[in-house]
Amino acid sequence: MEKQLESQGLSRRKFLKVGGGITFLVTAVGLPALVFKKGELAESKQISAWVHLSSDGTVTIYNPASEMGQGTMTALAAIFAEEMDADWSKVKIENAPVEPEIYGIGWGGERGGSMLTVGSRSVSGHFNNLRQSGAQARYALLSAVAEKWGVDRKELKTDSGLVFHPKSNKKITYGEIVEFVKIPESVPEIPDSDLKNPKDFKLIGRDYQRYDVPFKVDGSAIYSGDIHVPGMVYAAIVRSPVNGTQPELKNETAIRGIKGVLNLVSLEHGIGVVASNMETALKAKAMMEITWNGDPKAKSHNSQDAYEEYEALSKSSQTGSIVAQSGDLNRELPKAQKTIRADYKNDYIYHAQMEPLNAVAHVKADSAELWVGTQAADGTRNDVANHLGLDFKAVNLHTCYLGGGFGRRSMTDFVIEAVDISKAVNLPVKLQWTREDDLQYGAFRPISLQKLEAGIDQNGNINSWKHVVVGTGGGLLGSGADIPFYDIPNKLIEVRNIDHGVRTKHWRAVGHGPNKFAIETFVDEIALEQKKDPYQLRRELMKNHPRELAVLDKVADMAKWGSSVPEGRARGIAFAERSGSLAAGICEISVDRSTGKIKVHNIWGSLDGGVVVHPANAKYQMEGSLVMGLSSVLFESITFKEGQVEQSNFYDYPILRMEDAPEEIMLEIIPSTEKPTGIGEAGLPFMGAIISNAFAALTGKRLRHMPFTPEKVLEVLAS
Amino acid sequence: MQYSFILNEKPVQVTAEEDANLLWTLRERLKLTGTKFGCGVSLCGACTVHLDGKPVKSCITPLSQAVGKKVTTIEGLSEDRSHPLQVAWIEEQVPQCGYCQSGQIMQAAALLAENPNPNREEIIKHMNGVLCRCGTYLRILKAIEKTAQKV
Ligand code: FES
Ligand code: FES
Repeated sequence: MEKQLESQGLSRRKFLKVGGGITFLVTAVGLPALVFKKGELAESKQISAWVHLSSDGTVTIYNPASEMGQGTMTALAAIFAEEMDADWSKVKIENAPVEPEIYGIGWGGERGGSMLTVGSRSVSGHFNNLRQSGAQARYALLSAVAEKWGVDRKELKTDSGLVFHPKSNKKITYGEIVEFVKIPESVPEIPDSDLKNPKDFKLIGRDYQRYDVPFKVDGSAIYSGDIHVPGMVYAAIVRSPVNGTQPELKNETAIRGIKGVLNLVSLEHGIGVVASNMETALKAKAMMEITWNGDPKAKSHNSQDAYEEYEALSKSSQTGSIVAQSGDLNRELPKAQKTIRADYKNDYIYHAQMEPLNAVAHVKADSAELWVGTQAADGTRNDVANHLGLDFKAVNLHTCYLGGGFGRRSMTDFVIEAVDISKAVNLPVKLQWTREDDLQYGAFRPISLQKLEAGIDQNGNINSWKHVVVGTGGGLLGSGADIPFYDIPNKLIEVRNIDHGVRTKHWRAVGHGPNKFAIETFVDEIALEQKKDPYQLRRELMKNHPRELAVLDKVADMAKWGSSVPEGRARGIAFAERSGSLAAGICEISVDRSTGKIKVHNIWGSLDGGVVVHPANAKYQMEGSLVMGLSSVLFESITFKEGQVEQSNFYDYPILRMEDAPEEIMLEIIPSTEKPTGIGEAGLPFMGAIISNAFAALTGKRLRHMPFTPEKVLEVLAS
Repeated sequence: MQYSFILNEKPVQVTAEEDANLLWTLRERLKLTGTKFGCGVSLCGACTVHLDGKPVKSCITPLSQAVGKKVTTIEGLSEDRSHPLQVAWIEEQVPQCGYCQSGQIMQAAALLAENPNPNREEIIKHMNGVLCRCGTYLRILKAIEKTAQKV
């Protein structure tokens, strides 16, 4: 049976290997597509491809983004195949080689940026380029057929892998064209008017299966930990429990004496042990006795005290960085008829991707070969090259499936470790992090305190809005703090940061998780205070924003907001945007008042993601992000004591299990012709607020500190 | 040391250390990498395989415990993704990152072998030990329920 392999690494090698087909190449940023035949490729330099066509009709499309579960390898290929008019049943998808000048995108979607797969930007960023490249591939095929048949190219039509000439009734399959296709001098940029009319789309906006799914039901999908290289040895590392401390191994002789231990490698932040097998590497790691030296900043960090520091900083006269500002808040807020204030908190949380970090590295004298599941394909290649003092081209990175990324795999720390160890022992190395390593040496979504203040005018309208986010993690704190869709005349939104010296990182939806929790809970509190329905209050605030309003109305309609709810249950509503997508949610919950356990029965969600390339998968991404969001809201908390993470594995850092999944999730996508926006995180940000709002509706008490663990719930109920 | 057992219906012999464990033997010595490492302490289920038909967490199973027994991994569940659960998993498009899914399917297969028609509560109870960070639980439930109805 066909097995799913990792990408073949550098493109040139791959092109030399392929037989019986042609590869459509783009030579450089923005230049037109060319068509190459096998044999002509040996000489080709610095070029790379989007598609390879075989004489048997197989169409191999190269995937420029990391596949970490979000399904974009399928969606991106579908965009290309749509315009190429390929037969989808003959499409294969392979990871593109690491060549950002071809496969990268800039933040505005321009060609040739980075291959970094973050921020739900894959489909939105690649959409236009892939349509164009697919159309150019089709153009090249049509030109070849037109010449062969002696007809005008414009008289030719295509239909899923078939070219036909209606006048003469001639037909030919794409595979058959491989025989005679020639390289056109150039292929022009296809004008938008010659791209497919969306009403003729066969893939975009339709339902089809994900390409990767079959490989994920029989164990054949290859993650980096699944790689075996001849002569490979195993490595594990003990890392600084407090960020910035340095190790001193106390029992080196004993460790070296363990049967199967091959070597020890000193790193700045830890000690690696290399062994002939995995069990020995892990056992030796567990036996190391290390003294940690140094007195880094992180040592004085106690996360539960941090909220007091944030409170103090929020009161200082020093202003932080402004996220958004309008009107004159400082003038208007004091004049308010009524002022409403509330504080919200969120603890650090951990990515907990199911696949603990790992990498396979083989560093040789003047090159390096790597197998990694990474969100940063070119970033990894570049970091490794720079670290080793090699040319980028001397680093051959094979990209593998990711067992979850969520931001953690956009870092390259774990790859550099594998490289350092491989270099030290001069052998191919599989570096495996344990779950404890992955958690304790994590890089967390920041803790923060959110101070919100609203001024209500004499007409009962929100006239002023002040939001101060205080936390750690700098730029990670501000995302999602702005509320451009709520028309409030005087606004000041600001971020203040304290660096605690601990590691923080983007976590699915970044600051949108905490910030939308605070904002959307606060809106609910204002509504209750003003004796308004929270749905209606949001409608008033966004009355000049029809797209947002439609999303909110949709979810209210789906859940029949305002209709009666079973005894002992209540509902909460919220709205949030992320990566350009608009989403609204409603949940229905109950609470066990003796245990403090919240049960989420149902969630309704609506989404406007512009043109949705793969609706079934888009809904599924939203479902997944809702569930992951729910997990973070109910259970997850990382705490630091004197700089050391207090949790270590799933017993003290529980993530949501099946028993706590909602009974039902109902989602709808709003049809749109607007440009696509990012979907993979859109369901997550409103989760904190819909639960807090439902809880308030049910109990009259307010949850303002995530996670809403049973202990916190009991405390709030007793207050 | 020599260890002999039946792996996916074929006898195998492995030479390994005394403290060899089943998970790493499958993955590293036998190169059957469908079985995954998630936590190492029986908390996530990513490493679930069948030992004489019963689901076990291979990460905490010493290799010596497999001696003389039948071990079934995801690779041995069917030759061609034709196990009814694999079929349902594809129909329902269950996997996202996919990393937990071998464990999910093996855990579910053990349930259906014993109780071909479990109710929702029984499924949840049986499946609760297998974590999925991507949030595929409702699809897993649906795929199992669908399979159960067919069996
Ligand atoms: S790896 Fe065995 S239960 Fe998690
Ligand atoms: S599919 Fe990713 S952990 Fe389950």
